[in-house]
Amino acid sequence: MLKIGVPSKGRLMEKTFEWFGRRGVVMRQTGAEREYSGAVEGIDGVELVMLSAGEIPRELAAGRIHLGVTGSDLVRDKLADWDVQVAELAALGFGHADLIIAVPACWIDVDTVDDLDAAAAAFRAAHGFRLRIATKYHRLVREFLTAQGVADYQLVDSQGATEGTVKNLTAEAIADITSSGETLRANHLKVLSDSVILQSQAVLFASRGADWSHARGVLERLAMKLGLTLPAI
Amino acid sequence: MSQPVNKAAIRAEASLLFAAFQAAGAVAVEADLLLPAETLLDLYGEDIRARAYVTTDPLRGEMMLRPDFTVPVVQAHMADGADPARYCYMGEVFRKQEHLGNRASEYLQVGFEVFDRAAPEAADAEVFALFAGLVSGLGLRAVTGDIGILMAAVRGLETTERRRAALLRHIWRPKRFRALLDRFAGRAAVSAGRLALLERLAGGAPEALIAAAGAFIGLRAPEDIAARAEALIEDAQAAPIKAPEAALLYDLLGLQAPAEAALGHLSGITPLLPAIAPAVDRFATRLDALRARGVAVDTLAFEASLGRTSMEYYDGFVFSFHAEGMPAVATGGRYDALTAVLGAGRSIPAVGGIIRPHLVAALKGAI
Repeated sequence: MLKIGVPSKGRLMEKTFEWFGRRGVVMRQTGAEREYSGAVEGIDGVELVMLSAGEIPRELAAGRIHLGVTGSDLVRDKLADWDVQVAELAALGFGHADLIIAVPACWIDVDTVDDLDAAAAAFRAAHGFRLRIATKYHRLVREFLTAQGVADYQLVDSQGATEGTVKNLTAEAIADITSSGETLRANHLKVLSDSVILQSQAVLFASRGADWSHARGVLERLAMKLGLTLPAI
Repeated sequence: MSQPVNKAAIRAEASLLFAAFQAAGAVAVEADLLLPAETLLDLYGEDIRARAYVTTDPLRGEMMLRPDFTVPVVQAHMADGADPARYCYMGEVFRKQEHLGNRASEYLQVGFEVFDRAAPEAADAEVFALFAGLVSGLGLRAVTGDIGILMAAVRGLETTERRRAALLRHIWRPKRFRALLDRFAGRAAVSAGRLALLERLAGGAPEALIAAAGAFIGLRAPEDIAARAEALIEDAQAAPIKAPEAALLYDLLGLQAPAEAALGHLSGITPLLPAIAPAVDRFATRLDALRARGVAVDTLAFEASLGRTSMEYYDGFVFSFHAEGMPAVATGGRYDALTAVLGAGRSIPAVGGIIRPHLVAALKGAI
């Protein structure tokens, strides 16, 4: 049996079902409308596991599911050495979003990460604490800023409504995913011109740590149906 | 990934090193395992959060499992230490590893620190010679450096105070330091984005531009924004660092030579870069002190950029001992400025280092 984890609700779930459906693998929710269980038709030996998109990276890393659909941003942020733990089988072409850094639009002197670094130095001198950047993508943002040599900042955790933190004075800048930028503009923020940390989309991942001894045959049949070439796993 | 290791053999090795430090005149000190996160974060910045185990205490707030001994030892000394003082310590430190592999996330460290105003270069030599003696026979490669020379060169640059401060601030972040230097020396073209920004800023008074940008939000004050906008315009008009002076700094960044030859080279460029003269004199004094302790300074490796990483605080002499395929077996250096940061207004010249006994034991084949 091959276990595949898919997002349990919302547009990500619908788009995932559509993507597989177009390739002859029909996924559907079973039971009551809000019950998190599902079934797969069109191929034998595949079990559907409905999970929160945020939990799929961890389940893949632990090998409790063989395949999983989730955002590449979540996999890269939650898993250390992500490409050692999972393999990308296919980019699914939806769920596009960029992880970026945004600052108040009224910061007329700040356009790049370099400007942010200089502003952070002055901010720390003036306020006695390091400039706060609100985010939930701690690993990705920290790695990006370390690689860029930015200093005098701190990350503060924000699991939702991150765009509001600046107005609420709990952060000076944010790092978050955005697709259209509308929410940013509505909250008087602008994107730093060179701050695309990651261009994310929904990806079908395979676990490298799962027990494949009884699932490899199913995987090969599934890959043929989906038109995928399998990497070494 | 944890692997079964012979902890008893490592502890035995650590005890030998610890005893040697005590025999060298150091007082044994202890330090807490749980340290307030705030001090470490202020010192190392956000990078330490990726490397240290952070936990929350209901009464004391955010705490870190001891990532190194230097901070608590310096704090204890600044609070009520003798002057001069020599300390040694032995205990676990904890470092998260961000990559799969067999690098340890908890290991013993044995260290030795000297707080002494009298003769800093003699203390540098004392510490290096002590460490070199303890790891002799392991086939390690010793490397030395001196961040003080680089800092003196930056302080002496003929440019604006703002540019000197920006370079000094990033001395431990080589990539950004290099980008700044390239820009200030006119070697890197001004980016299109920056030119557009300058053009916008030239289009009106900062206050008017801020007002035109929409609702004002955030803690960063309008006058701070205006001040930096003006600073940007001013900086765009500043002359580049002169080519010969910049060339000397690039040369210094890349300098790698045996210590004695490095001193000869530095003495040669001092007339062109007079600000480094006191630092070069200290380098010469240190080499004399090392020579007096039997160190072969004609072959001892010197790298002017050694110790320039964001997890460090060294601002003078630095050293490390290396073997193939493992992290540095021993590292150390001078950190005078750190004692001022942690000393609440007081400071004292300080130098010290650590040895990783699990690597020593591995090299001896004991584990």
